[in-house]
Amino acid sequence: MSTLPTSPDDAPVLEVTDLSVEYHGEYRTVRAVDRVSFQIGRGEIFGLAGESGCGKSTAANAIMRLLRPPAVITGGSIRFRGRDILTLDAEELRALRWREVAMVFQSAMNSLNPVMTVGDQIVDIFTTHERLPKSKARARAAELLELVRIDPARLRSYPHQLSGGMRQRVVIAMAVALRPHLLIMDEPTTALDVVVQQEIMAQIAELQRELGFSVLFITHDMSLMIELSHRMAVMYAGRFVETADASTMFADPLHPYTRALINAFPPLSGPVTPLVGLGEGVRFTDIPDLREERPGHWVAPVPVGTVIDGGRP
Amino acid sequence: MSISAPVTGTPADTEAAPDAVISLRGLSVDFPVGGLFSRTVVRALRSVDLDLERGEILALVGESGSGKSTIARCIARLERPTAGQIVVDGVDVLRSEPRRASREFRSKVQMIFQDPFGSLNPAHRVGQFLERAAKLHGRATDPGQLRELVENLMATVDLPVDMLDSRAFELSGGQRQRVSIARALAMDPEVILADEPTSMLDVSVRIGVLNLMRRLRDERGISMLFITHDLASARYVADRTTVMFAGELVESGVSTALMARPAHPYTQLLLSAVPDPLRAGSYDPVERARLRAAVLDSPTCPYDGDPDQVCSRTEPVRHDVGPAADRHWVRCHLYRPAADVASRALAVDTVDG
Repeated sequence: MSTLPTSPDDAPVLEVTDLSVEYHGEYRTVRAVDRVSFQIGRGEIFGLAGESGCGKSTAANAIMRLLRPPAVITGGSIRFRGRDILTLDAEELRALRWREVAMVFQSAMNSLNPVMTVGDQIVDIFTTHERLPKSKARARAAELLELVRIDPARLRSYPHQLSGGMRQRVVIAMAVALRPHLLIMDEPTTALDVVVQQEIMAQIAELQRELGFSVLFITHDMSLMIELSHRMAVMYAGRFVETADASTMFADPLHPYTRALINAFPPLSGPVTPLVGLGEGVRFTDIPDLREERPGHWVAPVPVGTVIDGGRP
Repeated sequence: MSISAPVTGTPADTEAAPDAVISLRGLSVDFPVGGLFSRTVVRALRSVDLDLERGEILALVGESGSGKSTIARCIARLERPTAGQIVVDGVDVLRSEPRRASREFRSKVQMIFQDPFGSLNPAHRVGQFLERAAKLHGRATDPGQLRELVENLMATVDLPVDMLDSRAFELSGGQRQRVSIARALAMDPEVILADEPTSMLDVSVRIGVLNLMRRLRDERGISMLFITHDLASARYVADRTTVMFAGELVESGVSTALMARPAHPYTQLLLSAVPDPLRAGSYDPVERARLRAAVLDSPTCPYDGDPDQVCSRTEPVRHDVGPAADRHWVRCHLYRPAADVASRALAVDTVDG
């Protein structure tokens, strides 16, 4: 997949500049997101890859302004369609969330209310946010399920009567119900088997083409991310270590950490060649700012002599 | 390494393969479901015949619920099979040790679990795990010998010796999994059963653990049953791969050959679903629906009409496929899995398939 053409006057949907988030503990402070900057264009799928604890979910929650103490945004700015998200008051935030920026959380399929039918939960969206009458809301709910290829008869089902993949579809449909400009997805398919995962991802790509929203897609699965995203970033210990077109990142990763992540997903064809990961106990510290090595391909310089492989192949 | 294909066109041979370290014959497991007086059972394994050869890594792949962990748990004697034989080194252990496994058996067959956070007591020192295992199985008698053994184990799994004094909670997931492997090695086992050993680890250290498994096979000749849902890592580390679906084996062969030419629709389905940047956007819903239908009830079998390979709707016949140098077997396409189990496993959940 190639980058979407973004003309200069086409302002980015999301603009994150020098964002820092800290967790203030009793004894120490941890900087979970450290001077991170990126932009997402209109209709662009931007991937954010990294391992657990690298700060990718914290960054996403910061964009939604969902962080609570001890997490504090300590610097930078987040602009969504020109507006500064960090200065919005509670009422403005309520208007922003779901309608303009929607989020699908990790294991979101468990976030459905088990004692309400799927239909009632979807109808709620329209009656609350769009003040539609019940009958109209029902019709919209049926359309929404059809959008993700679920039989509208399922509106009467309770979540436990649906398979995991189906529930995940329902959650994704609900997230895009109000036609948001940006959809944030945090590990949307982690708990699913590969066959269902691929179908959900195909569904998301199709919805995105149809409705044209931008996506911030967070996962640790590099091959999945490279398949779906236009552009992507790799995050490590709160810092970005590399950003590039997804295809460039796959073909020519420059940072050793990116290479280790890609190596974790060996190829399914060709000869079996030894791959190396990150050695146990290998840490990158004081990661410098990104530098543009090639047009559009930014990478954090690695000090000469850095050993990444502790494990023998 | 040879492919242990049974006699063409007949159900698997009931004799254990001579060069196999573990042979399963007709292994079945039923789990009771429902209340105390319910007679309903779920058939987790249905007449599984499997051979783990000496010094090979055999991957068992399939989706969650396909029964792959149940096989490992049966071999480790953590689960009691309803029927069948488990032959280890030529001895049917369910007969020779019917109640519980002997210590000798346990030192021969070791298991590594998925969750290194749950399988190591967080408050214990790394040294304690290894020393206890070595002492219990009589691998070391005097303290000097014990110390040497434990230090060697740490070197084998690429952990620093000074980590012996660390407590488990101080270690990362990858380090813990290496300690679990070292603990298994303390018994000097012939076989290691690794149940999803990398799926809970950080992505960047997974390949290191797979490399370690390969090295243990090469340097110590340990046979391994590698249970995984990830076909890519199965191909990377395992000599042979066996595909499981709904409690039964559907295809088996040399990993690269099997994945280059998958013969069973279920294997094709699984392979087509693995994310692969080299064929991005290749998802085809029509082909997917066809494969799903073929798994549940295939109208034809490519080997039907071949006088050497008899097809059957009722018996899980194995056909030999592929070029002569790369033979592997596939279960007859016509054979229908138990409908309820199969449709549950396939999670058919879209309107248009």
